[in-house]
Amino acid sequence: MFRFLINRLMLMVPVFFGVTLVAFGFIRVLPGDPVEVLAGERGVSPERHAELLAQLGFDKPLWQQYFNYIGDIFQGDLGTSLITNRPVVEEFFELFPATAELGLCAILFALIIGIPAGIIAAIKRGTWVDQGIMSISLTGYSMPIFWWGLLLIILFSNTLNLTPVSGRLSFLFDVPPVTGFMLIDTLLSDEKGSFLNALHHLILPSIVLGTIPLAVIARQTRSAMLEVLSEDYVRTARAKGLSTFRVVAIHALRNAMITVVTVIGLQISLLLAGAILTETIFGWPGIGKWIIFSVFSRDYFAVQGGLLLIATSIMIVNLIVDLLYGFINPRILHQKSKS
Amino acid sequence: MALLEIVNLTVDFATATGSLRAVDGINLTIDEGEIVAIVGESGSGKSVGMLALMGLLPWTSTVTADRISFNGQDLLNMTDKQRRKIIGKDISMIFQEPMTSLNPCFTVGYQITEVLSHHFGGKRKSYNKKAIELLNQVGIPAAESRLNSFPHQLSGGMCQRVMIAMMIACKPKLLIADEPTTALDVTIQAQILELLIELQQSHGMALVLITHDMAVVAETAERVIVLYAGQQVEQRKVKELFENPKHPYSEALLNALPERAQDKHLNAIPGVVPGQMDRPRGCLFSPRCNYAQDLCSQEKAPLKDGILCHFPLNLSKSKKQKAINLETG
Repeated sequence: MFRFLINRLMLMVPVFFGVTLVAFGFIRVLPGDPVEVLAGERGVSPERHAELLAQLGFDKPLWQQYFNYIGDIFQGDLGTSLITNRPVVEEFFELFPATAELGLCAILFALIIGIPAGIIAAIKRGTWVDQGIMSISLTGYSMPIFWWGLLLIILFSNTLNLTPVSGRLSFLFDVPPVTGFMLIDTLLSDEKGSFLNALHHLILPSIVLGTIPLAVIARQTRSAMLEVLSEDYVRTARAKGLSTFRVVAIHALRNAMITVVTVIGLQISLLLAGAILTETIFGWPGIGKWIIFSVFSRDYFAVQGGLLLIATSIMIVNLIVDLLYGFINPRILHQKSKS
Repeated sequence: MALLEIVNLTVDFATATGSLRAVDGINLTIDEGEIVAIVGESGSGKSVGMLALMGLLPWTSTVTADRISFNGQDLLNMTDKQRRKIIGKDISMIFQEPMTSLNPCFTVGYQITEVLSHHFGGKRKSYNKKAIELLNQVGIPAAESRLNSFPHQLSGGMCQRVMIAMMIACKPKLLIADEPTTALDVTIQAQILELLIELQQSHGMALVLITHDMAVVAETAERVIVLYAGQQVEQRKVKELFENPKHPYSEALLNALPERAQDKHLNAIPGVVPGQMDRPRGCLFSPRCNYAQDLCSQEKAPLKDGILCHFPLNLSKSKKQKAINLETG
């Protein structure tokens, strides 16, 4: 187990450097620079433009800028935002919990509905139940996020008046930020009803963000289960006289989860792309909105720092998924420890 | 009273190209403590028949029979729930592929104790001692440490021993072994067979041995049932069958044994078992039969004295003449 972890961590090093290169290069490839954006429509004279660039250190050769960037990373400094003049790390971690909370709830929603749906579809294969579940999941998968979000807002917020339209918490509550996770913070505060209010705010965004992962997980669970259910060991389990529930939920599911967990990991990595849209629709103050804003304002430091932090958090999630994978599939751990 | 009685068992599979009859009217009686072998080529319905008994066939199958009774209980009209109390406990089955028949995600100990706690109740862990005892019984060295092994850490022969331990855990009255040695090395094959016979004798259980290896039949079984294309073609005492087989297919199977080969040639049976599309009109074996006559390819073979043939072999001369006269006359 320990060796497995070390191996995985070693693999993260080259990936980390790759990410720094991409984050650094990406924002500089885009036309325009922060000075132009800051100057706005009035424009700026070429002399003043060059002067300001030099002030920010953008006149140096690219390799030198890159080495400064790397050097600063190792000192824990990701630079200061050109727009807000605050450290990038500080800005990031202020907004990150909002996105993490939304992503976590979305993936939980996807798992709680998706895995049982996939199992039921596999057991009832070929029937209308199977076809129904698979059609709904295909529809969910094909639904553009912004459109799906608007439809849900129109139905649940506007017509039925059940859920709030945007934000994380009603203005009526004053909850001091402790962890940044609204569900936890509201529980810690003494504001009555604030937890339920925060939960209310989370429902629609989680559904919207979780729909595509839900569809993918349901389909993957179904096909993995179908494959596993025809395996010899499932027949053995049935030959022992075990109940259908035990055969499916213990003997088959454990094996099917090996492939499903991989897909869940990939979906978590993709979640951020969806979070950008979801956060925009629901006015959710998270990382997605922030990084888009930083790109538009050519905030070089915010983008290269933010992308790096996002990539790192995704790498950590993938590491956890890999460890989980080794835990579910004993063959992985034993192979590694033998070598 | 017989332990197991199967009358006219038929299994059909629904396939994309229509219905396929895999087992066609098998009759089988097994007494307590008896060893019966079921032989036949691949595709002759040996395994399917026994899987039908266990209720392990996929949903595309339809099982019909006049009667299936086990130990006085009617297995045919039983609910799945009632059946699950019997299978794994009183009737159990071991399979062809030991490596894939054990669940790769659970330890050997888990898989053995699970069946015990399922049928006898109680906590799984409380059966650990019993599991060690079982592993010792099936000849697994260092049984205690093996409890925590996963199937992929064991060899094929070891996996089959674990499988046997798992299936005899509840002291079944009937053990069905579906080609238990096919996937194993020749040296291991003999060991596993010996183990099965030993357990059969010490537990006093009945053993059904499904195989296509006539040598195995000769060494182990008392009675043998020969299946061909889902039909039961001959049912005899092993010794009698080896001395004078009455069905041409039984004879051909025996002739295919390496010991009986002449001139460095193995006497293979030409052709294959008929499938869904090429089922002959008359006797199913007629296209491959050395003794086939015109009648054989036109009319279905009659069942006489447990032999499904128009012209059984090795009858006494006069009887045979009589039979021919009757058919042609």
